[in-house]
Amino acid sequence: MSNLYIELTNFTEWLLGLVAALLDWTKLGFLSDFGDWLQTAPVVDFVSTLLVAVIFLITAMMFGLCFIWQERKTLGRFMDRRGTQVGFLGFFQNFADGIKVILKEHIVPKDSDHLLFELAIFAYLASTFMLFGCIPYSDNFYVIDVDLAVLLGIAIFAFGPFSILIGGWSSNNKFTLIGGMRAAAQLIALEIPLLLCIVSVAVLTGDLSFVGVVTWQEENIWLIVPLCIGALTFFIAAIGESERIPFDLPEAEAELVEGWATEYGDVRWGLQMASDYFRAYILCGLFTMLFLGGWAGPEFIWAEAWYLSKTFIVFFFFIWVRAATVRIRTDQILKLGWRRLLPLAVVNLLIAVALKVAGVF
Amino acid sequence: MPSDEMWINMGPQHPFNHGLWNLRVKLKGETITQAEPIIGYLHRGWEKMVENRTYSQIVPLADRLCYGSSLSWNHLYCLTAEKLFGIEAPERAKYIRVAVLELQRITSHLTWLMAVGTDLGSYTIMTWSIRERELFLDLLCKLSGARMTYNYCRIGGVRNDFPENYERDVNRTLDEFERRLRDLESLMDENEPFLMRTVGIGKMDGKTAMNLGLTGPIMRASGVDMDLRRLDPYEVYEDMKFEICTHTDGDVYARYRVRMDEMRESMKIVRQAMAEAPSGPIRVKAPRCPPKGNAVCHVEDPRGESLMYMVSDGTERPYRLKVRSPNFVNLSASPPMLLGFKISDVPAIMGVMDMCIGETDR
Amino acid sequence: MSQVIVYDSPDRSVEDVTNDIRSKFPSVEVLKVAPRRMHLRAPREVFLDLCKFMKDDLSFEHNSCVTPVDYMDHFTVVYHISSWTNHIMAEVQVDLPRDDPTVDSITPLWGGANWHEREAYDLMGVVFKGHPDLRRIMLPEEFRFHPLRKDFTVGRRV
Repeated sequence: MSNLYIELTNFTEWLLGLVAALLDWTKLGFLSDFGDWLQTAPVVDFVSTLLVAVIFLITAMMFGLCFIWQERKTLGRFMDRRGTQVGFLGFFQNFADGIKVILKEHIVPKDSDHLLFELAIFAYLASTFMLFGCIPYSDNFYVIDVDLAVLLGIAIFAFGPFSILIGGWSSNNKFTLIGGMRAAAQLIALEIPLLLCIVSVAVLTGDLSFVGVVTWQEENIWLIVPLCIGALTFFIAAIGESERIPFDLPEAEAELVEGWATEYGDVRWGLQMASDYFRAYILCGLFTMLFLGGWAGPEFIWAEAWYLSKTFIVFFFFIWVRAATVRIRTDQILKLGWRRLLPLAVVNLLIAVALKVAGVF
Repeated sequence: MPSDEMWINMGPQHPFNHGLWNLRVKLKGETITQAEPIIGYLHRGWEKMVENRTYSQIVPLADRLCYGSSLSWNHLYCLTAEKLFGIEAPERAKYIRVAVLELQRITSHLTWLMAVGTDLGSYTIMTWSIRERELFLDLLCKLSGARMTYNYCRIGGVRNDFPENYERDVNRTLDEFERRLRDLESLMDENEPFLMRTVGIGKMDGKTAMNLGLTGPIMRASGVDMDLRRLDPYEVYEDMKFEICTHTDGDVYARYRVRMDEMRESMKIVRQAMAEAPSGPIRVKAPRCPPKGNAVCHVEDPRGESLMYMVSDGTERPYRLKVRSPNFVNLSASPPMLLGFKISDVPAIMGVMDMCIGETDR
Repeated sequence: MSQVIVYDSPDRSVEDVTNDIRSKFPSVEVLKVAPRRMHLRAPREVFLDLCKFMKDDLSFEHNSCVTPVDYMDHFTVVYHISSWTNHIMAEVQVDLPRDDPTVDSITPLWGGANWHEREAYDLMGVVFKGHPDLRRIMLPEEFRFHPLRKDFTVGRRV
């Protein structure tokens, strides 16, 4: 399979050529000129980029929904029950839920800051959807491949806590305020170990684009072997970043009702809920890409399938952790982040530097 | 009030309080500096209501005091009424009652464990203990025909004898449960996050606990060997061999341990009572109206000391019936446990208390 | 690790404890003595002193319950006070006139009586002197009745 972008450019050129031919057939001067304009390079480029984006959004959302399904079924098995039974193997539960939240009424609390209340949730969702674009599925199937793709992804990720804080504050509710504060404190405490792990990957591979990192791993070794400490640190920090049990304090339902999202209803809440899984999906993707060799694997199935199956396996471990543990406290998370994960990440960085200096890789 | 402090109403509708009640906490940052439980949202006027019911009409009403351990309330009412009427249940009925009460205690403790699981954020604990509880609900359903509100005890005995092969079923269930209880314990005792959430939280020493009137597992976890089954034996608990489970730490983990151990001891008592039950009648006839006077009885509920004080004026309706609910007092003693801990600890501390608002508000 | 406080066998017998009370408080009437039970009736003047004596010298550690009963012509407040050390539950009855249902609060002695006394005040209107926080507990603050009193009726069935 050749590059997705090139394929779509060819398709767009053909499509626009067809449209131009149709317009030409009308024998109207201005329409023919319009048809010629449609075939110019900027328009073709724009339309094909748009198509890539739409395809990516839909596929990523579908896989995000598959994650929800996977969690429901796997968690069910851990708990000695069957999980959802709606439709074929429970696949339609997500659609039922989606229809339900779409039909709900949109309620804005009377004393909230209306503008920020409406904007914050969309900022959060937008940052999640932007992340989809940063993650390639294979060296042919991606949206962008800039040199600093990893950093770009993490930078967009860091936008999340900001919108959570704004959303929690603007709801004018004590529970959402505490939830927002917790989210900010927790995500910052866990982001630094996360970034240090990524730095160690960059030190070894000498590259910050996903394609480069994966190509390096294909040629040398999966990074989970030399950087096992870093992989563990990244895994724990990733659970915290995706706000899942045991680190789901921003929305700890036992004490904070629904955390920072308490006042959100209707489809906004539904997308926020799904967005947690999208973020978990992205973090699993990052883990696969950075430590498990991304789409590298024997070529009897597609590279994309390798990538996705690894992602689902990583998420299985996320679910396992959730099924086995209880929620821990804010101060304990911060302690864990600063006192345990940060030193581990530094040690991991030192190992990476030592390996590089010694010339092992 | 300084701007870094705020009052938070955790309730009456809040995921952590099982039932309708309100915990007002004053937070400084996330630390609790003041706490005030507010109850009364489920006050049904039970004590006034029963003054207009005949004695036998109150038996099913006593069930409704707490759906989690309805049999122990049912039994307490019948025991107090028997005292007031001056009759005594036959020997076999006493053994049956002890066995069934201990089954009820296990059920109640499993319900409690389920609530603790959700409060601490582990739905695995919840579903597992619900699954275990179902075994005992099946047993009690077979015995009495109901899953929750059994209406099983009668003034002067019990309603019916054990059904066919009941002892075999109970023993099978207990064997199975013993195995599963080990699984359940390993899910929590070997779980570092669970220990992080429970050890050293909500501490209370024995002297304070005694002064504040705490009873039941919470009291025993503070290092006081207080159990009415031993201190003031009723029915045939005198003849039963069992340990009273205590713990000295007085924190949330100790309270959890005490209840888990108690389930084991309850199983022992059930086996003994089933094996030693003599044959004979299960019920004596009770008169319609008791003599003038009053009677008091207190028993060891799964949650602590529950007491009923009954005054009769010689008519067919009680003149006054007062219920002492263990949770009512335990809840009043909760603010000292909460002070200085984080808001995240509130579900842990209040969760192990086994809140039941039905009996607290009456 | 502190030690477990164990109450395996009673230290003193009921008769022994009752005799102590009889000799110290002649005005206290002993209604009945049974195994592990002791029924007393105390005038409200000496009630608080009796409780102090019971708590400090006779090791009654636990207040089980406070029950107000409305006998139409007078109120009786029944206290159930337990001694784990001696395995006794004492029942102390205090009669109060109907127009002045006031009695000393025992909350300073046994903190466990706190909510019981609040409930007695709320539902029966008995006033406890010296209670730290005597407010309504079950019913709303603005409620004007004490519904457990016998003269409070709401129709045939409640």
